[in-house]
Amino acid sequence: MMDRPGKMSCEEFQAQLPELIGSGENVSEHEHIKSCELCRALLADLETIAEAARQLFPIVEPPDNLWEQIESKIKSEGSGNGARSRVESGLTARSE
Amino acid sequence: MSDSSVPTQLPSPIRASRREAENGVQRNRPAAFTPVASPDPSEVQVLARAQAGDHHAFAQLYSLHKRRIYSLCLRMVGNIAEAEDLTQEAFLQLHRKIGTFRGDSAFSTWLHRLAINVVLMQLRKKGLSLISLDEAMEPAPEEGPGRSFGAPDLTLSGAIDRLALERAVADLPAGYRLIFILHDVEGFEHNEIAAMLDCSIGNSKSQLHKARLKLREALRTNTRQEARS
Repeated sequence: MMDRPGKMSCEEFQAQLPELIGSGENVSEHEHIKSCELCRALLADLETIAEAARQLFPIVEPPDNLWEQIESKIKSEGSGNGARSRVESGLTARSE
Repeated sequence: MSDSSVPTQLPSPIRASRREAENGVQRNRPAAFTPVASPDPSEVQVLARAQAGDHHAFAQLYSLHKRRIYSLCLRMVGNIAEAEDLTQEAFLQLHRKIGTFRGDSAFSTWLHRLAINVVLMQLRKKGLSLISLDEAMEPAPEEGPGRSFGAPDLTLSGAIDRLALERAVADLPAGYRLIFILHDVEGFEHNEIAAMLDCSIGNSKSQLHKARLKLREALRTNTRQEARS
């Protein structure tokens, strides 16, 4: 039941939102947000998602033998054997 | 306007940059990561030696960047074996092309761009309709999330289930997933992402916003389904 609070409609505000957020504006202080429950809820959700993203997918170490494989390929290329990597050969997505 | 001019306000998660992260906000990036604006002098020397053909220096570069490149690959494809293959290919390409790096951008940005191209090429081989970074950045119109003009019947107030969010990220179209991971998970700024993806800063902001909206839709749907069951 959102009316058009202030001078800006929700549509107009949300069209500007990517730039407002991306340029570092304190969007919660925006006139429209102060008077619009819908857009306030939207902003809160987006902030919740961005906050949660920080905890996703922790940085992980590749296996120790990966360097040995890379080194071996580099040496092959250097010696002119030209062994192709699995990706080049289209052999990725091997079964685990 | 460059994002380097982001005001130093309270670090709202929605706009927190890596600089804020480095000032105390915990992010996923490793301590060894080199800030783009001021590269570690020792890495500059290692890079120069690697460009001159020093194999030990190249091994050092691998050690410095392996976790971030491997993690990026793993986040994009969600499969350990595939991520290993893609990481290997990224560093092999680095070895072939390292002599062409001229320092126009930060080395880590350049290396990420190289790795992203490897990942996108692989996604294309797997049948995803990604021919180029341009297409990755411009998902089909029907994939775009709608704006939110209806009543706020359900909000995500409180904690989000991490697994549900990871699943939602994995289900994003690859272009949205890539930009969400680069910005919100890895902490790159829009100007860095624009350099990596050869797009405008505005495009980066717009695509990130669409990615977050799609995640919101997915999480709300998930919450509704859980409430029914």
